[in-house]
Amino acid sequence: MEQGLALHHIGVRFGGLTALDDVSLRVPPGRVVGVIGPNGAGKTTLFNVICGFVTPETGSLTLDGRPLRPRPHRLTRLGIARTLQGTGLFAGLTVLENVMAGASHTARAGFLPALLGLPRSDRDEARLRREALDVLDGLGIARHAGAAPGTLPFAVRQRVALARALAARPRLLLLDEPAGGLGGDDIAELAELIRQLPRRDPDPCAVLLVEHHMDLVMAVCDELVVLDFGRVIAAGTPDEVRDDPAVTDAYLGAAVDEAAA
Amino acid sequence: MDRFVFLTLDGLSRGAVYAAFALALVLIWRAARVVNFAQGAMAVAAAYVAYSVSAATGSYWLGFLAALAAGLLFGAVVDRVVMRYVDHASPLNPVIVALGLVLLIQAVLGMVYGSEFRPAGTPFSREGFTVGGLALLSPYDLFVFAAVAVVVSALAWIFARTAVGLRMRAAAFAPEVSRLLGVNVGGMLTLGWALASGVGALAAMLVIPTELGLHPHAMDLVFVSAFTAAVVGGLDSPPGAVVGGLVVGLVLSYVSGYAGSDLTPLAVLVLLLAVLLVRPGGLFAPVAARRV
Repeated sequence: MEQGLALHHIGVRFGGLTALDDVSLRVPPGRVVGVIGPNGAGKTTLFNVICGFVTPETGSLTLDGRPLRPRPHRLTRLGIARTLQGTGLFAGLTVLENVMAGASHTARAGFLPALLGLPRSDRDEARLRREALDVLDGLGIARHAGAAPGTLPFAVRQRVALARALAARPRLLLLDEPAGGLGGDDIAELAELIRQLPRRDPDPCAVLLVEHHMDLVMAVCDELVVLDFGRVIAAGTPDEVRDDPAVTDAYLGAAVDEAAA
Repeated sequence: MDRFVFLTLDGLSRGAVYAAFALALVLIWRAARVVNFAQGAMAVAAAYVAYSVSAATGSYWLGFLAALAAGLLFGAVVDRVVMRYVDHASPLNPVIVALGLVLLIQAVLGMVYGSEFRPAGTPFSREGFTVGGLALLSPYDLFVFAAVAVVVSALAWIFARTAVGLRMRAAAFAPEVSRLLGVNVGGMLTLGWALASGVGALAAMLVIPTELGLHPHAMDLVFVSAFTAAVVGGLDSPPGAVVGGLVVGLVLSYVSGYAGSDLTPLAVLVLLLAVLLVRPGGLFAPVAARRV
């Protein structure tokens, strides 16, 4: 049986525009897989397919060999968590509450116990709080627990977003441009963090990473998939991909286009 | 001076009810970004349920519980059956649908119960304790304060200290993100409607016996007062709704006592207009920079 997440021949069209065309990739447990490609290559659409925001017209997904029909609110239950571009934190909640919300699928007590003040809902809340603090502590930002996200530097907010995703105890973490807006030192720290994720104890998780920032991708990924105009133009280890002529073409082409624009 | 004390206590007692009703409006506004103009009619419908249950069983308290349950249920039904299918892209759409609901509910109540005033009982005496010849709060007033205080603290506790409350807040702030985190956003929305409508039903149960009695339009003026209270508090702030309710209760009580009760409906509207003109974000909103 095939472990981990796999996409088989995924195709997505928006009107006349082909966003993804026959895309297949695998994220086995314990691996960090990167998806790179120029702007508009279909990277974010790929994430949206995995999250269930976009339903592919062709192709299928499997998780541990079983067919997967993703729905956004079921995702964390399947062991998949996602970060969003630009963090997507709840501005009106504290850092700690943001991270607690990330684990909300694990809270069992429903509304009635909460309404009646049964001990179970108290225990749930206390456990969420404790676990969220642990995750924040693991990322070295526990001292910001009571702060409003808006008051924190961007690099810390990125970390809070990561903590919120990890609070769900995912087996697979989808990172959407985690280096966006970060400076050199912050990116180096982030790379170190991402490399640790598959070896995390007690919740190791595989990573699927969409990123523009080439240094980060090359530093952390075990495997790379290169998208261009919705198609996979190359796949393999970072070294293999780096030397692939199709990749240099796509990137050089993009660079030339940008220079011309 | 005696008169002032009396009017103040009376105003606070009515204000507590406005606070509860305004809180219900704020709950729905926060959860769904809808001003629920049907709240008064829904609350009256719950009060009629209480009337029927009390008439059948002879127990005020069974009727009271039935009203709360009916309130929760009506809220959930209005969300699941009606509001969910309304396009919220324009804020006017749910408002018009809510106004339609008002007409529908009041017409149905009129058909079933008739449109005469029916007496509504109270569980405690409305005779005020007299201290030195001065009539102060009645046992019923104390019951109103206690009921509103319990509900307000329970809501505060649910939102601040329970996992469900956290999910409700998260779902209201950013539905798409919450969905990704595994929050059942639709369920939280229904819960918000149910809670708000339950609180509205409580307010109706508390206020109707102090007015002319049960009638399909019994909550119309209360709705206007409570809406004013919610706007005074900023529409987005539960503590603001509570303070706004007490303020509106006091203002109306003084106007009614010193200037004549005919003027109270006018006074509510003047207060609403004044707040909207001077501080449209409510008294508790930070002063926003003018958007150009």
